[in-house]
Amino acid sequence: MIRFHGVAKRYPGGNDALRGISFEVTQGEMVFVTGPSGAGKSTLLRLIPLLERPTRGSIIVNDVNLATLTRRRIPYLRRSIGMIFQDHRLLPDRSVFDNVALPLVIAGFEHKEAQRRVRAALDKVGLLDRERSDPATLSGGEQQRVGIARAVVSRPSILIADEPTGNLDPALSEEIMRLFEQFNRIGVTLMIASHDHALVERLGHRRLHLADGALA
Amino acid sequence: MRFFTQHLSAAIGALGEFQRRLTGNLMTITVIGIALALPAIFILALDNLAEVSQDWDGTPSANVYLERTLSEQEQTALLSQIDALSGITRSVLISAEQGKTTFAERTGMAEMLNLLEQNPFPAVIQATPVNTLNPDEVSALVGTLADLPGVEDVRLDQAWLQRLQTIVDLASRATGLIGALLAIAVVLVVGNTIRLDIENRRSEIEIMKLIGGTDAFVRRPFVYTGFWHGLMGGMLAWILSAIVIAVVARPANRLAGLYDSGFALSGPWLADGLTIVATGVFLGLVGAWVAVTQHLRRIEPGEGT
Ligand SMILES: Nc1ncnc2c1ncn2[C@@H]1O[C@H](COP(=O)(O)OP(=O)(O)OP(=O)(O)O)[C@@H](O)[C@H]1O
Ligand SMILES: [Mg+2]
Repeated sequence: MIRFHGVAKRYPGGNDALRGISFEVTQGEMVFVTGPSGAGKSTLLRLIPLLERPTRGSIIVNDVNLATLTRRRIPYLRRSIGMIFQDHRLLPDRSVFDNVALPLVIAGFEHKEAQRRVRAALDKVGLLDRERSDPATLSGGEQQRVGIARAVVSRPSILIADEPTGNLDPALSEEIMRLFEQFNRIGVTLMIASHDHALVERLGHRRLHLADGALA
Repeated sequence: MRFFTQHLSAAIGALGEFQRRLTGNLMTITVIGIALALPAIFILALDNLAEVSQDWDGTPSANVYLERTLSEQEQTALLSQIDALSGITRSVLISAEQGKTTFAERTGMAEMLNLLEQNPFPAVIQATPVNTLNPDEVSALVGTLADLPGVEDVRLDQAWLQRLQTIVDLASRATGLIGALLAIAVVLVVGNTIRLDIENRRSEIEIMKLIGGTDAFVRRPFVYTGFWHGLMGGMLAWILSAIVIAVVARPANRLAGLYDSGFALSGPWLADGLTIVATGVFLGLVGAWVAVTQHLRRIEPGEGT
């Protein structure tokens, strides 16, 4: 599903964020990426939807070698991957419904079908009654769940979350993680970067531990 | 169908964006309107003038006045002599009698003419030079005609028309040049407005690209913004030029009357208006395209985050 082989990333400033890492995540796996700040967790995740290009090595996602993807093909890669960010990345001037519908609008879904899917996604994250709300009027946990609804609405086979619970209290964090486990149970492959070692430990999924840009 | 609805929603979305920053957009549209109205007014006025000169055919004809002593046979001989000249396409003899009749018909002064003992009109040969002659060749031809025996005088009629033509040509060129400069100004104004638009919506654009928006999708609302700017600016230009021409028409027509000219300032007609609007839309789209190709590609979700 996701295969890294000798992947290195050096940022333009000369920062070596990743120094040749190799691993494989198979279909339906749920994997945590852990490690101290600056270890390269975000960088690793950002390489998968080609938010960054690797400096060296090869990445294969859904049997496609990302090195062969031209700029024009990148949007289609991103549509097959749901992304969740610590800061939600919601559009502040659109309703919850419109935010969640955005991936479907981009993919050109027919209106009725889009509406159905948005409702289903919001229902799954427990926010069906907030669809008309302005994102700014939601709590941090609720905003994060809107972000998750947007990531899953087009039913991608891969979900990538970069510290999705970074700003949340322990109870909410656990709730979000349980939500991810639900998606995992229906066959979605997940990669989640997290600082929260206690929580990761407790959930007990496979871990990729990064230290200074290398797998430990 | 999907393509159509996506475009429709982008077009309407762009209108919504438009409303959100109304003052800025209205200023842009006003600038476009004025910039398009100026050349439009000049072009319309020149079109009207050009029509005047086209009422006559482009080349002037020469009136060759014959000496009164010439007999009818001599007149006809002269006519065929002129007809045979290489620079002449057509020549017509208007006898003194015909000249008198025509004048009487036109002016209604038949009685007065009848009071005169002698016909005051000379016989005239109207000679039309071929229309490929340049002004120098025409004057050379006039010289040849004047030197023919039996010719009293040669007048190139409508010489003033030629002068008018030259002035119109000159003014057209100036208008074309100014129009081109103003067109560039419109493109830059639209481009700049959309550049600001893009800056303001930077995070939105990043998010769109993040979740798989293609370049075309991200570009679309901005291109439509350019379309609306051009459309509304063009319509404003139509209105402005109609107002200016309506205000100027009366004195202009009175002036033309003094010169006994059939000139009447009018317009812009529907076709003119649509041309103005189409020009606006075209320039708006070009401006949007310039802004979008320059600035949109640079915004990538990968940078800086
Ligand atoms: N856009 C960038 N330009 C230059 N250097 C960068 C950029 N992004 C990250 N880095 C550097 O790459 C290294 C790894 O950063 P990364 O964000 O992947 O770490 P992280 O493990 O996600 O850290 P954190 O837990 O704090 O989020 C760091 O040294 C960081 O300074
Ligand atoms: Mg990080």
